[in-house]
Amino acid sequence: MVKYAIKRIAMGLLSLFIVATLTFFLMQAVPGGPFMSEKAISAQAMAALEAKYGLDQPVLVQYKNYLVNALHGDFGPSLKQRGRDVSDIIATKFPVSASLGGTAVVVALVVGIPMGCLAAYHRGKWADNLIIFFATCGIAVPSFVTSSVLIYTFGSKLQLLPTIGLDSPASYIMPVTALAFYPTAYIARLMRSSLLDVMGQDYMRTARAKGVSGFKTLFKHALRNAILPVVTYVGPMLAGLLVGSFVVEKIFTIPGLGREFVSAITNRDYMMIMGTTIFLAALVIAINVVVDILYKIIDPRIKLK
Amino acid sequence: MSDLLLDIKNERLSFFTPAGEVKALNNVSFSMKQGEVLGIVGESGSGKSVTAYSLMGLTAYPGKLIGGELRFNGHEVEKMTEKEFRKMRGEEISIIFQDPMTSLNPVYTIGNQIVEMVRLHTNKDKKEAYARAKELLELVGINEPERRLKQYPHELSGGMRQRVMIAIALACEPKLLIADEPTTALDVTIQAQILELMMELRKKLGMSIIMITHDLGVVASMCEKIAVMYAGKIVEYGTTDEIFYNPKHEYTKGLINSIPKLNQKEKERLVPIEGSPVDLLNPPAGCPFAPRCKSCMKICLRQMPPRTDLSDTHYTQCWLLQKAEFEGKGGKAE
Repeated sequence: MVKYAIKRIAMGLLSLFIVATLTFFLMQAVPGGPFMSEKAISAQAMAALEAKYGLDQPVLVQYKNYLVNALHGDFGPSLKQRGRDVSDIIATKFPVSASLGGTAVVVALVVGIPMGCLAAYHRGKWADNLIIFFATCGIAVPSFVTSSVLIYTFGSKLQLLPTIGLDSPASYIMPVTALAFYPTAYIARLMRSSLLDVMGQDYMRTARAKGVSGFKTLFKHALRNAILPVVTYVGPMLAGLLVGSFVVEKIFTIPGLGREFVSAITNRDYMMIMGTTIFLAALVIAINVVVDILYKIIDPRIKLK
Repeated sequence: MSDLLLDIKNERLSFFTPAGEVKALNNVSFSMKQGEVLGIVGESGSGKSVTAYSLMGLTAYPGKLIGGELRFNGHEVEKMTEKEFRKMRGEEISIIFQDPMTSLNPVYTIGNQIVEMVRLHTNKDKKEAYARAKELLELVGINEPERRLKQYPHELSGGMRQRVMIAIALACEPKLLIADEPTTALDVTIQAQILELMMELRKKLGMSIIMITHDLGVVASMCEKIAVMYAGKIVEYGTTDEIFYNPKHEYTKGLINSIPKLNQKEKERLVPIEGSPVDLLNPPAGCPFAPRCKSCMKICLRQMPPRTDLSDTHYTQCWLLQKAEFEGKGGKAE
């Protein structure tokens, strides 16, 4: 187990290094720069700015400098939000996105898994059809449509829920719904098909032959075998939702990290691009390690190597 | 007749599929005494397993019992609810399946799966159930039971897993054990061990066994009575001696003929039964075996033959025997 952990951490660091390298050079390959704007600034000012942030040096030197600094935990200053460090911005914005995304993940699991179970248990009946219909909608409808419909109905027409920010518990309802709709639907479908597969297995027949009740066969014998695909899906989804969604944060005016990803790129804010990308990559890698360990706990046949 | 443990009369069961009604069982009747071993033989799809599963209420949707009387140990099985079935399963009637590799839940320990059975049907607490599980493993001849209880199914061999399945099945000392091709998935040497174990346990616990198999060697060595099934019907029923030494139905004869013989010459071909089983969606009006039967007569294609009793224990359904009986009484055949 210790050996496994060490190996995974080493692999994770290697992946991070590759991600950082690729991002760095891709970013440099994109035309434009952080100090371009509609109002042209003088060549001298531009040169001074570039010199200040070290952008006048050859790309390879910049790359080396960035990596050395990053290894020391210094992700540099934001090029656009003057006077703020990248780590600073991530540290203040991530909790906002994470609280929203975390709630959405919990909702998706708490609603999606039972829905999938219900659909599988009542296969072919109306409950199943209803859930499949819901799931298809959830997968087909993008979050900006969901968000707009929610805002129009509950915010503007009925005036029940606040449409902006995350100040009260009630203000979580709409963005969480918009964020959780797709993963809920996806988990429900995944759970249903996986359960149907498991329910046809021989050991389910054994359980019934033992006299175990229908409910208990489902929850004790089937669920644990069927949940692996869901765990696989939830890992990356969790990472994606925790760092925030650009669309939902923009629509509900939430000061989260999701918006920073997109604006960093449009602004060519090199330091922000690198910082947010490495942060997301690290999160994905860490969650995947947790998922692998969960696999082992759920299914004893899986060996961690 | 109160000494009968099991008495099935005219059982009819169909699967209602989108393609139509599949008549899986057509007027199946047989009975068993306490302690008897009955073999049900027949090719795939002949209804062997369905007959056994219907006793436990395990023929899942879209299978439906549509007629007949099933008496088992004082129960009117055809009228039982799922709840009553649940209590009966495992307690009075148990089953072991064909493939021990897939019949145990891979994510729970052996101990957990035996204890579950014990606790479902007795009032034993966790510790007592665990002790009972250990005892059961010893009973089925598994060494180091303490250690095995903590292991997962994938850590055991096929033969060992089948022993565990038997331990689970026997946890509550059922009156009837259904063995659904228990040795098909095992090596020959392990097969013999498992069969031996089953016979030994039967002697010890006095239970009855229904042995479902297509291995005639297995039934010959284990069973007292044999039911030969074809297309959802019992075409011949009798004691092991009657079936092997005096088979009357053409299908039974074909089955016995198709067994490889020890004195067979090296290049000699095996004798198959020509043709393929009937489509149960559209069963023929007459005898279902008629299209494959070498001695098929006109009437065979038109009408199902009635039952001919050859002795107290031996009966078959074949027009040839009706003819013989008719001629024997001095009449004239058609």
